[in-house]
Amino acid sequence: MKPKYLPLAATIAIFILAYAVCALQYPAMLSTRVVGNLLTDNAFLGIAAVGMTFVILSGGIDLSIGSVIAFTGVFLAVVLEHTSIHPLAAFVLVLAITTVFGMIMGAIIHYLEMPPFIVTLAGMFLARGMAFVLSIDSIPIKHPFYATMKSFYYKLPGGGRITLIGGLMLLVFIAGMVLAHRTRFGTNVYALGGGTQTSRLMGVPVARTTILIYALSGFLAGLSGIVFSLYTSAGYSLAAVGVELDAIAAVVIGGTLLTGGAGFVGGTLVGLLIQGLIQTYITFDGSLSSWWTKILIGLLLFVFILMQKLILYLSRKKAG
Amino acid sequence: MQADPDIILAATGICKSFPGARALDTIDFTLRRGEVHALLGENGAGKSTLIKCLTGAYHRDEGTILLDNSAVDPRNTLDAQNMGIGTVYQEVNLLPNLTIAENIYLNRQPRRFGFTATGVMNRMAADLLSQYGLDLDVTAALGSCSVAVQQVVAIARAVDLSGKVLILDEPTASLDAQEVEMLFRIVRQLKARGLGIVFITHFLEQVYAVSDRITVLRNGRLVGVRDTAALPRKDLVAMMLGRELETEVEAGAKRNDAAGKVRYRFSGYGKGGKIEPFDMEVREGEVIGIAGLLGSGRTETAEVLFGAVRADKGTAEIDGQAVTLNSPRAAIRHGFGFCPEDRKIDGIVGDLSVRENIVLALQARRGWSRPLSRAEQDRLADRYIKALDIRTSDREKPIRLLSGGNQQKAILGRWLATDPNFMILDEPTRGIDVGAHAEIIRLIEELCAKGMSLVVISSELEELVVYSSRVVVLRDRRHVAELSGDEITTSHIVNAIASAESPAS
Repeated sequence: MKPKYLPLAATIAIFILAYAVCALQYPAMLSTRVVGNLLTDNAFLGIAAVGMTFVILSGGIDLSIGSVIAFTGVFLAVVLEHTSIHPLAAFVLVLAITTVFGMIMGAIIHYLEMPPFIVTLAGMFLARGMAFVLSIDSIPIKHPFYATMKSFYYKLPGGGRITLIGGLMLLVFIAGMVLAHRTRFGTNVYALGGGTQTSRLMGVPVARTTILIYALSGFLAGLSGIVFSLYTSAGYSLAAVGVELDAIAAVVIGGTLLTGGAGFVGGTLVGLLIQGLIQTYITFDGSLSSWWTKILIGLLLFVFILMQKLILYLSRKKAG
Repeated sequence: MQADPDIILAATGICKSFPGARALDTIDFTLRRGEVHALLGENGAGKSTLIKCLTGAYHRDEGTILLDNSAVDPRNTLDAQNMGIGTVYQEVNLLPNLTIAENIYLNRQPRRFGFTATGVMNRMAADLLSQYGLDLDVTAALGSCSVAVQQVVAIARAVDLSGKVLILDEPTASLDAQEVEMLFRIVRQLKARGLGIVFITHFLEQVYAVSDRITVLRNGRLVGVRDTAALPRKDLVAMMLGRELETEVEAGAKRNDAAGKVRYRFSGYGKGGKIEPFDMEVREGEVIGIAGLLGSGRTETAEVLFGAVRADKGTAEIDGQAVTLNSPRAAIRHGFGFCPEDRKIDGIVGDLSVRENIVLALQARRGWSRPLSRAEQDRLADRYIKALDIRTSDREKPIRLLSGGNQQKAILGRWLATDPNFMILDEPTRGIDVGAHAEIIRLIEELCAKGMSLVVISSELEELVVYSSRVVVLRDRRHVAELSGDEITTSHIVNAIASAESPAS
């Protein structure tokens, strides 16, 4: 096996192993209901994590995601409460806002040569602040269209449901995989992660690619916010705190190199499912504190970072 | 200028000035179809400035560039590439994390319905590389290939993109002899296809091995253009330097036979898998040369001596006292210094200033609790900048902006600042120009005259002959011969490397 597939293979192996352990202890975890819920409960995180995968592959980071999700939720709640705009129109509007927001961050990162960490940290405060400006309360969304959308699902044998948002997440992952691995834009993203200066010399449109990457991340954060508002039927400016960190964890556990240039969108899905699985196990157990999720995720992250170092070391040794 | 169909690239009257310096003064340069044209000169002669003007990295102040008899004015390297001028640099400018195929076709991947046709791209890449005699898995990450293969991939990409003029900027600096031969085969093949190839190198043998014509620059001026076959090596060196190489005059002149007492004794010293156990004695004020092919254990010997690789066999003695040298820190404490081979990776800290680079080793030896005051640092830096003639506009300049030879001198200064008794130099003259070369050799002789003991590794045998009082020859990770006195000649060393038996003992 090529070294670049090793982290992905390790992630998949860990997932299968973990699922087997869970299923041995709680056979009910094999039911399609659990699978369906796993997708539904993690839909918003998954969609955001796809955007994060592109950002990290390019060697950047986007800390604004959680705040953009909260902003999107509050924006939708306020718009739907105070105006008669149809939710679909509101969705288009908010996606335009978050995409432009991402584009601006990308442009600042590229043209002002600022570290993505700082720029998106500023974006994080800005988006959270904007959410507070719109409303400081948790606003319920009672629009009938929301109820309609929540009633769409595909019924699996065994009673499980692929809900609209769960299905949407899977579609986003598939689109992400095609974009990353089968388009010039995707290769350019990897190229940037390999080295900006070299990419420029090799003719990669660095400015356009950087801006598009953050625009994509902003768009997907907006989409994630829409999914989150469907999931919770509310908008609250304190929601989704730290989601960007969960997304980073999913990306890294999914085998993407935190320094950029290597990894797979599909790996992020597995990384996400591992996180969801731990959460589900804790729910099944009933007596464990949900903080165990964080502890296990923390340990997994350590293991993966060590493994990436090892692979890097081995491939260097082989090269020379 | 009349049109000559044989000339593919003609630059006339190129001038380029930087603040305070005239880098190029009305240079003419012509390149014919199907020729390899060596561009030579000392560091600072203007080679890279001329190349950068041709490839659009710099904008020339005056002059015209004709490509295929039509005036061109590339705005940047991409522009030049699209016009037909491709460049391959010493440090491979490709992306190690992408596959070989992706590197070759980055941003011009074949597409079907808007999506990359990976299979088609991989087939095209495999076909392209097979023309160069490479049969590779093009889906492997480029970083997993050897530097030589990466270099060929870079050439294949440049030729495929540009296809008229290929500029090779020191492509052989980090290759071994066999890889150089492979590269030259490819260069000759491209030449036969009618490309014009500009070849920049520091290795004169390579110039004679592959080039048809030579253009020599000095101090931003054109010295001359000659046919390689009609230019003896001595004349070429004279053109480059504007004087005879002093070391050639001095060669073999003095040899310190009456060296002092033995100070360092290594017996049965070695490390499994790295270097076979060897015995070595180093006297006060002598230079031990280490010769051998790449991979024969030269660098490993140095690393074991310095404690960078911990010896697992044998003992070390200094002045009759047994010592343990199991880390560079221990070695430095005993007055050792080590200038490693690859100064870019192991030696300089590019973004730090010349001053900071010079005081680094001394500060490391003192420890963090006893910092050198700024005044002391300045004094030390100034002293070595002056003593070693490091050419820098001031001591606070980031060291990466200095030329290779001056970086090498700064590293030497770093170790001299620790006041060592024993210095190990690994390829101190690699990749630096002829003039700086001579200065480094003079410096080695001076240090030795002051009573310092040195171990110098070099692949340039003439150089070893000049300054070594004894030469140790390595083969297959083993010390196979030791030459001293009149035995030290290049032919003896070559014999010792080549023959299975030790020719001298």
